[in-house]
Amino acid sequence: MTQSPLATYQPAQRALALIGGEATDANLRRYLHGIPGIDAVGLEARAADLGTRSIKTSSKRWAIDTIIGLIDLTTLEGADTPGKVRSLVAKALLPDPGDPGTPRVAAVCVYGDMVGSAVTALGSAHAAGGTSGVNVAAVATAFPSGRASLAIKLADVHDAVAAGADEIDMVIDRGAFLAGRFGQVYDEIVAVKDACRRADGSMAHLKVILETGELNTYDNVRRASWLAILAGGDFIKTSTGKVAPAATLPVTLSMLEVVRDWHRLTGVRIGVKPAGGIRTSKDAIKYLVTVAETVGEEWLTPHLFRFGASSLLNDVLLQRQKMTTGHYSGPDYVTID
Amino acid sequence: MKFLDYAPAPESRALLGLKSDYGLFINGDFTPGRGTPFQTINPATEQQIAMIATANEADVDAAVSAARHAYDGVWSRLSGSDRGKYLFRIARLVQERARELAVAETLDNGKPIKETRDVDIPLVAAWFFYYAGWADKLDHAGVGPNPASLGVAAQVIPWNFPLMMLAWKIAPALAAGNTVVLKPAETTSLTALLFAEILQQADLPAGVVNIITGDGSTGATLVNHPGVNKVAFTGSTSVGRAIARSVAGTDKKLSLELGGKGANIVFDDAPIDQAVEGIVRGIFFNQGHVCCAGSRLLVQESIHDDVIDRLKRRMQTLRLGDPLDKNTDIGAVNSAEQLARIRELSDLGEQEGAERWSADCVIPENGFWFAPTIFTNVSTSHRIAREEIFGPVLSVLTFRTPAEAVAKANNTPYGLSAGIWSDKGSRILAVADKLRAGVIWANTFNQFDPSSPFGGYKESGYGREGGRHGLAAYLKPAVRTGSRSITAAADHPTTPVSKKSTSAGKKSASAEKAAK
Amino acid sequence: MNRLAIPKTYKLYIGGKFPRSESGRVYEVLSHKGDFLANAAKGSRKDARDAVVAARSALGGWAGATAYNRGQVLYRIAELLEGRRAQFIDEIMSCEGVNAAGASAQVDEAIDRWVWYAGWADKYVQVAGNANPVSGPFFNLSVPEPTGVVAIIAPQGAESLLGLVSAIAPALVAGNTVVVVANENAPLSAISLGEVLATSDVPGGVVNIVTGSPAEIAPWLATHADVNALDLVGAGDLDWVELQISAADTLKRVLPPEVGADAAAPALSRILAFTELKTVWHTKAIL
Repeated sequence: MTQSPLATYQPAQRALALIGGEATDANLRRYLHGIPGIDAVGLEARAADLGTRSIKTSSKRWAIDTIIGLIDLTTLEGADTPGKVRSLVAKALLPDPGDPGTPRVAAVCVYGDMVGSAVTALGSAHAAGGTSGVNVAAVATAFPSGRASLAIKLADVHDAVAAGADEIDMVIDRGAFLAGRFGQVYDEIVAVKDACRRADGSMAHLKVILETGELNTYDNVRRASWLAILAGGDFIKTSTGKVAPAATLPVTLSMLEVVRDWHRLTGVRIGVKPAGGIRTSKDAIKYLVTVAETVGEEWLTPHLFRFGASSLLNDVLLQRQKMTTGHYSGPDYVTID
Repeated sequence: MKFLDYAPAPESRALLGLKSDYGLFINGDFTPGRGTPFQTINPATEQQIAMIATANEADVDAAVSAARHAYDGVWSRLSGSDRGKYLFRIARLVQERARELAVAETLDNGKPIKETRDVDIPLVAAWFFYYAGWADKLDHAGVGPNPASLGVAAQVIPWNFPLMMLAWKIAPALAAGNTVVLKPAETTSLTALLFAEILQQADLPAGVVNIITGDGSTGATLVNHPGVNKVAFTGSTSVGRAIARSVAGTDKKLSLELGGKGANIVFDDAPIDQAVEGIVRGIFFNQGHVCCAGSRLLVQESIHDDVIDRLKRRMQTLRLGDPLDKNTDIGAVNSAEQLARIRELSDLGEQEGAERWSADCVIPENGFWFAPTIFTNVSTSHRIAREEIFGPVLSVLTFRTPAEAVAKANNTPYGLSAGIWSDKGSRILAVADKLRAGVIWANTFNQFDPSSPFGGYKESGYGREGGRHGLAAYLKPAVRTGSRSITAAADHPTTPVSKKSTSAGKKSASAEKAAK
Repeated sequence: MNRLAIPKTYKLYIGGKFPRSESGRVYEVLSHKGDFLANAAKGSRKDARDAVVAARSALGGWAGATAYNRGQVLYRIAELLEGRRAQFIDEIMSCEGVNAAGASAQVDEAIDRWVWYAGWADKYVQVAGNANPVSGPFFNLSVPEPTGVVAIIAPQGAESLLGLVSAIAPALVAGNTVVVVANENAPLSAISLGEVLATSDVPGGVVNIVTGSPAEIAPWLATHADVNALDLVGAGDLDWVELQISAADTLKRVLPPEVGADAAAPALSRILAFTELKTVWHTKAIL
């Protein structure tokens, strides 16, 4: 594919070029409503069809190790403690004590005040945005509701970045989006992105949580995806995990289609993170298939695709043990974190 | 490794216990045919699956006699609820043996296992289940109170959905109280014969359903047999015409489900990703061996390039190969003969100046295969825009306004199916009104359901299959001593007056003439 | 002293106009006693062709009219017929040799038949259509629509007006347009009906009446590719099997001949015989 001139633009420039004006509610509305709609029946049928792919033997082994390497191992509880986070980090680094060859997960995902604990626990295994080791992702911007002033949200982000977070998982203001205040949603993402800048000028990776369960319709999900990408998000993420439904295959498919179209348009690759509700390796494999057949399998890398999950890892490990030993394993043979 | 090269995931053939030879199923038993047996092959490997009997004239006669005997002696005397119970039994047996039937169908037809498993066979069971419930409710079929069955139904079905077409034919016929002689297509007899075993398991009275195999001449003998009261045919328009000629002057009731050249219309406000899926489903489902395929893509000129670009990308993910592999999207073409026709018409498309593009896929060494192909720059006058190719070949045309789309869509002697893709509800409804086609899918394509009538306008045939209307195709109004007065008609508004018979001598003379 | 009467010139009725046959031919219409009544136009294959063109061009408007409108237009025919009862009674008496009471009864019944069919225009879709409960997220509706251009061989026996009305009215209900070959021996009421239609609200071309020899004209209609359906109700004395065979070439919908008093008796099935069932699937989703 020929490189679009848009690829060389900075996000803000690019957005202005595409929207054809300032990021006002009216301009954004015109742009977002000009994007083709989604027929829910067809989208869900396509997702179901992708879900029928039968992944066996060598493909399955590859898929299982790939899934592990794409997991953002997550704890987002009011009861989280440094001890809980240490335990999570240990699991992230050594998912299966019985098989040290098991890949590490991509990142641990914690609340902002737990970032320090996670960084400490990781020690030299902290990837810090690099390619080896495990990253630390922090949810921020008054997660999960996002109902706070912009100043509070930005402070939340600054704190997490300062504590060593490599990735920021922000929430959009769903209320503003549903009320049609697209400019406000856009500006907040731009501001948060700016807050991801570290003292040395490098940037924490920004994942934009759409909370698709609250956006409700696929058309809204598609528009919010475009909005988040226009505003400079590196990743678009389905859900906080605190609202049902969280990630679904059709929702993720619709977001992957946006990412594919963005790549066609600009040559820039954006990541996608389904989060919440993916609990089995069978489900996770459906997501891999959907990614591979929608945007291409080059997206199956931690820079471009993540699973936000906690219980998924153990199910994948059970499958992995089955593939290694040839017989079924049981829950006592994987660790609780 | 490349993840997208999914490792083989073949469906097991272990549950299939096939015989090496199959006879005819007449009067409840398998009996050797008196014609020369022929082999049925797996079109994906060209290997023989089994030998199939050929029914000659005497066999056809025996089958029709058995059906007549069963009609007079058993089936027409059975209560509707008992007929229904047999059909419910059949539906359940099909469900129980679904996987086995799916594997057999894939083996014999070449279509992907995911389609036989997820579409064909589930619809077979659904069809019997739906019509089972009608058997004791015929007063509501729309032909007036106490409708009568027709007698013996001669049914000839095609090779593209072998068992599904069987179900579409047999289920309403039996529910309405008719008995059946069915001839499957020469290249796909296998599942019909397995179905005969299911009938034995269901303990269906002997002769109610007879299945005879053979080539087109067996079919012709069957539909021309003077002992049949109903002819139902699905297949090519040319054969349909011949059948319509041959039943002229007789009292045989006829339904024909024939060819098509369906227009799939994509407006500029279409839900674009779903439209692309719909285009794929419209023309590449079942290798395009679908009479209602969306084989003419009419795309609004302003989005043509974008749609074609998306379509090509999507086509690159279609997996062609072993039909028994669960990940196969495009299976084998059913026969060498059909493959030759697809090639011929496609080559013609190129010669006529259309631009050909095929998905990049590895074609297996043996068997009959054709890569998913689209033609752009197609004009309405090109043969690939007018003739039914019956393969995975799409002709792309453009339009500028809705009125032009409708005009181009209707510019064909066929009238079976059409698709409309738009986000604008009022336009969908108006365009659907104006399209001259029997089945229209709005923002979807190639959906089937036993409750939904299916059939064509114009040269795509007449009569409907599915739903209440599909039942009515196997019924006639109760015979009554009619009064022509309006009062009487108003009292029984749905009861047409019975036809007056013309002189018997004239009829038989004409039947002879027609048979020539 | 009796006033010298002005005899009427009986012509064809095509596209809302009254042309002579392009062939220039006429044939003598005789009374039941054998007396000369009129020279009727002897329609040719080209007249039939012109009639098909007229019917085709009228189809969009007639099929596209609202059902309420079609019902009113058909009812209006009954109103006008009622006003011209005397003329029809006279023609029927002279042509068919029935007495005044018999002719009057026939005209009454013909009028009532228009009324009966007029009432179906906005109902047959409800009775013959269906909402289908498919298993999936779809709204699925089946509705009957007009088949298109219907060629009719009118009943050739007694009761020329009633036979003609009984054959054309049901085809018109759904929105088909019609080319009808009139009763050969008793064509006068057919042409007079054309005059009624011309002065009613029926758009030109919706009904086209050709007088002449059914045996000569019918084969051209049976083979005409732009004719969608063929009603052979009055073709019992023709080689109608051959006509059916010809009609099979373009897969026309065909109704067979009927004879006797019940021919073309009023029935919903006659309306539905010239309809096509269209099933439309729409996706249905809240998201």
